[in-house]
Amino acid sequence: MDLIANHITHRFGELAVLDDISFTVSAGEVVAIVGPSGCGKSTLLSILGGLLLPTSRAPELRGSPPADSLNPLTFVFQDFALLPWATVEQNVEFPLLHTQLSAVQRRAQVDDALRRTGLTDFRKAYPKQLSGGMRQRVGISRALAVRPAILLMDEPLSALDSQTRELLMEDFVRLLADGGMGAVYVTHNLEEAARLADRIVVLSRRPGRIREVVTVPMTRAQRGEIAAREKLLALQNQIWSLIRNEAIDAEREVQHA
Amino acid sequence: MLDRAAAETAKDIATRRVRFRGAGFVPASSRFGGWIALALVIAIWQAAGSAGLVNPLFLPAPSAIARAIYQLAASGALWQHLSASLLRIGVGWLLGTAAGVAVGFAIGLSRLARSVGITFISALFPIPKIALLPLLILWLGIGEEPKIATIALGVFFSTAISVYSGVDAVPRNLIRMAQSFNVPFATIVRKVVWPGALPAILAGFRITASVALLLVVSAEMIGAQYGIGAFVLQAGNLMQTDQLLAGVVILSVFGLMVGRVINWLETRLLHWR
Repeated sequence: MDLIANHITHRFGELAVLDDISFTVSAGEVVAIVGPSGCGKSTLLSILGGLLLPTSRAPELRGSPPADSLNPLTFVFQDFALLPWATVEQNVEFPLLHTQLSAVQRRAQVDDALRRTGLTDFRKAYPKQLSGGMRQRVGISRALAVRPAILLMDEPLSALDSQTRELLMEDFVRLLADGGMGAVYVTHNLEEAARLADRIVVLSRRPGRIREVVTVPMTRAQRGEIAAREKLLALQNQIWSLIRNEAIDAEREVQHA
Repeated sequence: MLDRAAAETAKDIATRRVRFRGAGFVPASSRFGGWIALALVIAIWQAAGSAGLVNPLFLPAPSAIARAIYQLAASGALWQHLSASLLRIGVGWLLGTAAGVAVGFAIGLSRLARSVGITFISALFPIPKIALLPLLILWLGIGEEPKIATIALGVFFSTAISVYSGVDAVPRNLIRMAQSFNVPFATIVRKVVWPGALPAILAGFRITASVALLLVVSAEMIGAQYGIGAFVLQAGNLMQTDQLLAGVVILSVFGLMVGRVINWLETRLLHWR
């Protein structure tokens, strides 16, 4: 299943946020979206996932999702969005409650999702008892439980410390390794984009327009090798040079807002 | 840096501790402090009464109030008055709460209900509900109905406000999360909005329990033969201040018990906080 952004434009009242955004996320592909603060990255992701109506041209899907997919476009939220009154397993089961799955099937999918994120031993814990990294694992586990075709990840690591970020990045690489699941990954962090994405969509300052689409010239498996580090660094520098001046302007704009 | 520190030590400069400047305002309550203070006040009050320092007509001693409560209980009058009040409070509170929860949720979840409901609630909430009792007597006759309706009205407005405030306070990201999984509206209300609003709803219950108590006493003072309010008024008219204060103590104990029940509910239902 492909996700297609076809000339998406969005305004908040008089404020133009996104202008003529077009790109396609093919099945199994990981596309990162980067750009200066306030360029509309998260807004674009909300539009792609159907949580915000664009001013013009809604996104489209092409092809069918995998047969077992219960929610083809599934979000992983920056702030985790966990139900604080529910345990880990109840949070993971939550999106399955309204489906046709039996209790036994639900249990099996929850168990599988918890196992894949290393949360099996924490299934009875409440979110407040978990660290930030573990909470985001619950968010990822909940997303995996519905067998998504494309994960929509809105800065999923930005609320975490650097060590936890590194560990979760390894998890993402592992989860996306078989190419069965695609992703749109919104981030400020160019290193995350370079390590995870097949293509990086670079947005300009508001109103966000596509400035460039950069293809990462190696497989994700190769990126873990020491020899690849220089190339990845060069790629990050290339992208940074594209957005640096606008990032400075955006920061000044925020400071004066 | 180390050299400098060593040099200062060598100069034998006196050290001083960094003064503790506080860790934020964290008033911790002692478990028994309140009860000890209450016992102390009662003891002083009793001592003043026994020593003849206070005229028992104006302020009877605690022992006289306890005796009055015992006599009320032994004669069966206590239960007669208490059951009448409890029935009015119970029915009035349940009716007002049910309507308040329904309207509060409607206002919290529906644009139309919000536009209409908030205007009405803002206009009617400030009216002292006891002022409506004569009108309610005209409409509903002399009996239990107007008293119950007065309590229900008082409870309704506070409940509706606390419920829609609670619904408004449910983090929108949780609702968006549920929508992102195509969770149906009714399930979102049941599994996200209701538990998210519950802290505010229970806080509202605490307020409406007091409102119900206040209104039942006021309503019974205006037009009732039985009930704690009627009993207090009658005792006041006859200058039986020990009986009057017995009624007040019973009301206070009832209020405390309701508070305990709500504490228990909070512990059971909001253990995740």
